[in-house]
Amino acid sequence: MTIVSMRVNGAPVSRETPDNTLLAVFLREGLGLTGTHIGCDTSQCGCCVVRIDGTSVKSCTTLAVQVQGCSVTTVEGLAQGNSGETLHPIQKAFTKMHALQCGYCTPGMMMSAVDLIEHHGKPLTEEDVRHGMEGNLCRCTGYHNIVRAIIAASEEMHAGSAGKQPETQAR
Amino acid sequence: MNPATYLRPESLEQAAKLHTDFAEARYLSGGHTLLPAMKQGLARPSHLIDLGAIEGLRGIAFDAENKALLIGAATRHVEVASSAEVLEHIPALAGLAGSIGDRQVRNRGTIGGSVANNDPAADYPSSVLGLGATVVTDRREIPADEFFTGLFETALAPGEMIVQVRMPIPLAAGYAKFRSAASRYSLVGVFVARTAQGVRVAVTGAGEGGVFRATALEAALNRDFSAQALADLRVDAAGLLNDLNATPAYRANLIMVMARQAVSHMGQVSSFK
Repeated sequence: MTIVSMRVNGAPVSRETPDNTLLAVFLREGLGLTGTHIGCDTSQCGCCVVRIDGTSVKSCTTLAVQVQGCSVTTVEGLAQGNSGETLHPIQKAFTKMHALQCGYCTPGMMMSAVDLIEHHGKPLTEEDVRHGMEGNLCRCTGYHNIVRAIIAASEEMHAGSAGKQPETQAR
Repeated sequence: MNPATYLRPESLEQAAKLHTDFAEARYLSGGHTLLPAMKQGLARPSHLIDLGAIEGLRGIAFDAENKALLIGAATRHVEVASSAEVLEHIPALAGLAGSIGDRQVRNRGTIGGSVANNDPAADYPSSVLGLGATVVTDRREIPADEFFTGLFETALAPGEMIVQVRMPIPLAAGYAKFRSAASRYSLVGVFVARTAQGVRVAVTGAGEGGVFRATALEAALNRDFSAQALADLRVDAAGLLNDLNATPAYRANLIMVMARQAVSHMGQVSSFK
């Protein structure tokens, strides 16, 4: 057992945790943040994607204790405002474009998408999105609307800002 | 997953000492091989020795004197893929790193972890063997030709740690892979390097014993470095993997197709699915 401390969605948390606890389980069972889903549990489907210090990772393949002292963002941390009434641009785009059917993959899709958009530094093309979202699977196969939503969100998020230096992407 | 005690040493010496103290311990780097193996019960370490806090294991440098890239064992795939030094000196290596798994896997997985595990479908072993790299450990330097000894087997002794992979700069290199659309692992990947000492061809994803050199292809390419020189060659299917993704005969054919792709697109990575 280790006392694992980190910031989750901006708030400090600390829990005594068995060392072999996965971050996904820590978030869901330890903190009750069940927006992070566990799909395949084999690092393939991406339902469990969260951001650690701004980098998207699969929380089913990361130990909670490895994240000691880090800052974690889950899907619950996307919306802003006192009661989360201001949706994040990616949430608005998913709603507007009908980018979900059953919704199981959606939290991971949105966390991967926000990471991709922020690191890209300019609006994404369809090819950028399809390549960058390879780690997220949707078994309703609603990919077309998901791609449209991510492109729309990237345009909104980069509108009016000079943007960061684009990430070098080797293919 | 079996219970395991997590340890986070801050030096190579401390890490090695912990491994000596606990016989059933395993080193943990990005965790993208070991944690899945633990979930399946294939690995049951008593202790996990996380190498993430050790200074100097992470980063990329260009050694101009010896014309080599020095890549720290704990360097993540995303860092190799986007490194200016790697893109300049061995662009195919940057492309290979950028083709591993997916974005999230590349954010966590490390070169040392991939090389030490020697998964038969991993991408990195083909570049290490194809470039004739040197694996530097906390005890010695191991040439690639002696490092990969079999399926998930390497020349590493118990408790021995990879510190760095030293990649000599080739005249040119190319990598072509055909991957499973679901798992994103390579069914076949072929790394081709032209070096001052001759052509080296390393094949991953296909061999029952893990990564191997395709010496017949090397000989043909040493005579004539062109895709045409490979047109009439065939690889023997004996000794190739047979699983739900592909038969040995299919893999044998894919090796030739990927080798021609690599030769035709030197300096790049060609990824198919």
